[in-house]
Amino acid sequence: MTVPVIELSDVSRRYDGGPPALDGVSLTIRAGEAVAILGPSGSGKSTLLNLVAGLDRPSSGMVTVDRVRVDKLGEAGSARYRRAKIGMVFQFFNLLDDLTVADNVMLPAQLAGTARTVAQRRAGELLSTLGIDRLARAYPGRLSGGERQRVAVARALMNRPALLLADEPTGALDTASGEEVRQLLNELHAEGQTIVLVTHDLALAESCATRTVQLVDGRVAADTTSKASTSSPVEPVR
Amino acid sequence: MSALGKVVRSGVGRRRVQTVVIGLVVMIAVTAAVLGGSLMVASRAPFDRAFDQQHGAHLTAQFDAGKTTAAQLSASAHATGVTAAAGPFQTAVITPATSRMGPADPITVVGRADPGGPVDAITLTNGRWVTGPGEIVLQTDLRLPLVFQPKLGDVLRLPDLPGSPTLTVVGTARSVSETAGGWVVPEQAATLTAAWALGGYQMLYRFATAGTTAEVDADRDAVQASVPAGALSGARSWLTTRTNSAGNTVLLVPFLIAFGVLGVLMAVLIIGNVIAGAVSTGTHRIGILKALGFTPNQVVRAYTVQALIPAVAGAALGVVAGNLLIIPILSQTNEIYGTTDSGVSPWVNVAVVAGALALVTATALAAASRAGRLRTVDVLAVGRTPGPGRGHWAARLAARLPLPRPVTLGLAHPFARVLRTATIVAAIAFGAAAATFAVGLSASLNQVEATESHGDVVIQPGRPESGPPPGGGPQVASGPPRGPDPVAVVKAITAQSGTSGYSGVASTEVTAAGLTDSIETLAFTGDNSSYGYRMVSGTWFAQPGQIVVATPFLAATHTQVGDTIVLTDHGTPITVRIVGEVFNIENRGMQILTAAATLAAAEPDLLATTYNITLKPGTDPASYVTGLNATLSGVEATAMTAEDETDELLLIVNALTTLLTLMLVTVAALGVLNMVVLETRERVHDLGVHKALGMTPRQTIAMVIASVVVTGLIGGAIGAPIGVMLQKTILGEMGSSVGFNLPAYVINIYHPGELVLFGLGGLLIAIVGALLPAGWAARTRTATALRTE
Ligand SMILES: Nc1ncnc2c1ncn2[C@@H]1O[C@H](COP(=O)(O)OP(=O)(O)O)[C@@H](O)[C@H]1O
Ligand SMILES: [Mg+2]
Repeated sequence: MTVPVIELSDVSRRYDGGPPALDGVSLTIRAGEAVAILGPSGSGKSTLLNLVAGLDRPSSGMVTVDRVRVDKLGEAGSARYRRAKIGMVFQFFNLLDDLTVADNVMLPAQLAGTARTVAQRRAGELLSTLGIDRLARAYPGRLSGGERQRVAVARALMNRPALLLADEPTGALDTASGEEVRQLLNELHAEGQTIVLVTHDLALAESCATRTVQLVDGRVAADTTSKASTSSPVEPVR
Repeated sequence: MSALGKVVRSGVGRRRVQTVVIGLVVMIAVTAAVLGGSLMVASRAPFDRAFDQQHGAHLTAQFDAGKTTAAQLSASAHATGVTAAAGPFQTAVITPATSRMGPADPITVVGRADPGGPVDAITLTNGRWVTGPGEIVLQTDLRLPLVFQPKLGDVLRLPDLPGSPTLTVVGTARSVSETAGGWVVPEQAATLTAAWALGGYQMLYRFATAGTTAEVDADRDAVQASVPAGALSGARSWLTTRTNSAGNTVLLVPFLIAFGVLGVLMAVLIIGNVIAGAVSTGTHRIGILKALGFTPNQVVRAYTVQALIPAVAGAALGVVAGNLLIIPILSQTNEIYGTTDSGVSPWVNVAVVAGALALVTATALAAASRAGRLRTVDVLAVGRTPGPGRGHWAARLAARLPLPRPVTLGLAHPFARVLRTATIVAAIAFGAAAATFAVGLSASLNQVEATESHGDVVIQPGRPESGPPPGGGPQVASGPPRGPDPVAVVKAITAQSGTSGYSGVASTEVTAAGLTDSIETLAFTGDNSSYGYRMVSGTWFAQPGQIVVATPFLAATHTQVGDTIVLTDHGTPITVRIVGEVFNIENRGMQILTAAATLAAAEPDLLATTYNITLKPGTDPASYVTGLNATLSGVEATAMTAEDETDELLLIVNALTTLLTLMLVTVAALGVLNMVVLETRERVHDLGVHKALGMTPRQTIAMVIASVVVTGLIGGAIGAPIGVMLQKTILGEMGSSVGFNLPAYVINIYHPGELVLFGLGGLLIAIVGALLPAGWAARTRTATALRTE
């Protein structure tokens, strides 16, 4: 077994006045795994992902990612942590409408201080790998859902993250576009990218996940390894 | 509560920043307007108002005590047309021994137990009223330079009177009617009369009709008819006094108007901007309201009322602030004008509040009308983002700049919302203009002040003793002042180490063709006569026969620089050439400056009375004066350091300028603040995305600050030149309202480097306004922002 990348130990997250969104979750995810988090709406899936991304802090418990205590990071520290280790893909793409596709993709590198020309080169590579290099100068508003999600994935991979987090990446897509994205995530996983994926889409979970974690009311209800981990240390798109 | 009321209330609660900004802006505007309005009122016809407030005497009558009695005079109060009278008061003319300021002029002293009464209710400006013998209250005129002001505790020696009595100054007072130079208790007046045997009585009258010279003459005749023939020895009409009263009171008006216009424009801009912003961030809400059945009018009204609630609160606070702030300022104008204004007149308060609320309503209606026009379907369809396509060119351009990405992201923001940016640019421009104007105006006025100083040390005739200045009231003409021995004085000056140059100044009166009154002429000796004088055009006189005059003289005589005119000095005609126009506000510009040699033929014994000395750099004036006075011990002359008299009006202008500038700059910064809050709110989702991609709080702040940099720079670049233009125009207006052309030295006070700084002032306003919301933006919770879908 390879080293753990994510370790959640007894993590809870309570919002004011409600039942806990996460309630004593412990979970270890290793490099090269592709984990699908499943569960009904409101079961705490996004909350879990946000905690791993350092976008939110647990009310109690520890979140360790790649030896970093994410729950202890300050605002600036968690921003730097995300830059270095995390790529995020969202259900509604979250592309910046007033930037071109290329500028969107380059942004994480530029925020980390990478020079524009260097970032441009890397973005160009990513876009052509994902087959959307012709869209580089377009604005997100003109793209189809599938295209947008490809751009979002490219942006997420920009800084060669140790971890790719995807929150319902196919949730807003039609069947055909959803299939494209599923394909893409599969390829990434095959290349060794560690992926944590929140989804309703059982097809997606089945095709791409090596393991599924079922959340119910903020607790882990089931944790099953569905197929052999393909965690051969193949270099992903780097 | 009605549905509309609920919407309004929740709107006010939801938009706390906008509510506070509107409240503050209205408060500041109302404060400024109350101040400005009250000062306008205070500066309007100050003599007439002071005269009314003091129940001024329409006629100040002097009676010969030998030809009438007190009882007869009391009866004259019933003469035809008299509505009120005061007196009889015993009068005397005293001539105190030499004073600080040279040989004192005779003073008309009136014995009066009480400063109040139905006529000529005198305002005590300092100290107290006389309570017993040996005390005197002197008439003061704060339009005079400070050195001419009497000081409490000064002692007047009266060597001409038996027993050489003395009078101690216990107070200074202001009689707008100028009924006396000083007041003593009635018993004292009798003792002061003895030596002169010129005793008399003063009666003060008010009449039913006294608007014209003819009416006052008729009134005087009626009084005269009521007393024994020949008893009325002199009388002065209030119309004469009014003509002679100061004319520089309109100085404040152009300056107040400039600030007023700036203030109103800014308030409209910012409030309009705030409401329009509230509408644009609230489009979704508006759509829901309309879908629920609100009519367009109701929606517009809801937004207008949302603005009016904080506006009313702001206006109330502004009225309070204005009424408090005006108190110290009015006490200053009271001193200058002799008025007794105690506060803001109610109608100013009412007019300002009504005007402000009307303006807010109109602005809000205009800005909110878009909310009424929005089509429900469109509104509900439009998501959170501004329409795509706006300002993309700017974003692309900025992306290429070799700057950190957060900065280039921010730089492009203003181009996405051109109209909003334009209004904020305008607000910043006004703020920068106000600051530029204010600093320039104050520098210019200080330069004007500097032109009144002609040396570091002055020598005045007389021994170092204190005494009173010349007072008001009907005066006996004095002979030409005696000057100290010029040879001894000049010898002492030149011998004293530290002397850089000096001028001796003799004063005389000449007449000039085209002028009815004689005009004071200063005749200079010495080597540094032009010190402190600034030329408007032409040159300083270089040889006998050349004179230098100020603008009002040229206007009065219809002459210009280069003309030759004939002066008559004690009967001797002297042909002189006007070689220069100087900026000289002495005698309201009616003064001729020339070399003593010009008048030598006509007045061979004309002696310098005053000497102005300039010191070498690094010389200590105090020790210089001590040394010089030791040398002058055998001469009837005393050296003293030239006093730095700060004009009261200048103090007011400086204080107001600072205050109003701070207010306008604050308003501009509030406008920026509101804009940035709006932008942050509109971009909150994008902010979340940025943070998810690794933007640190510091980078967020950099981005937000960068988003106002262009706005601030443009605003400053527009504002600074406007400020300069304003300064030139307003200053010119202020000068010409009192008949002066101002020298370039006074007007051109900005250095190019300073202008760049003022331009950058716009940037500073923008950054200050953006700091707070930038901090808020940096603290936005990412997860929350991303949920805002
Ligand atoms: N910022 C928040 N404030 C309050 N409650 C929240 C917040 N985010 C999530 N929740 C609540 O926490 C629970 C879990 O939410 P979430 O993690 O988004 O569920 P899922 O992604 O599984 O649908 C829900 O009940 C949700 O309402
Ligand atoms: Mg979710």
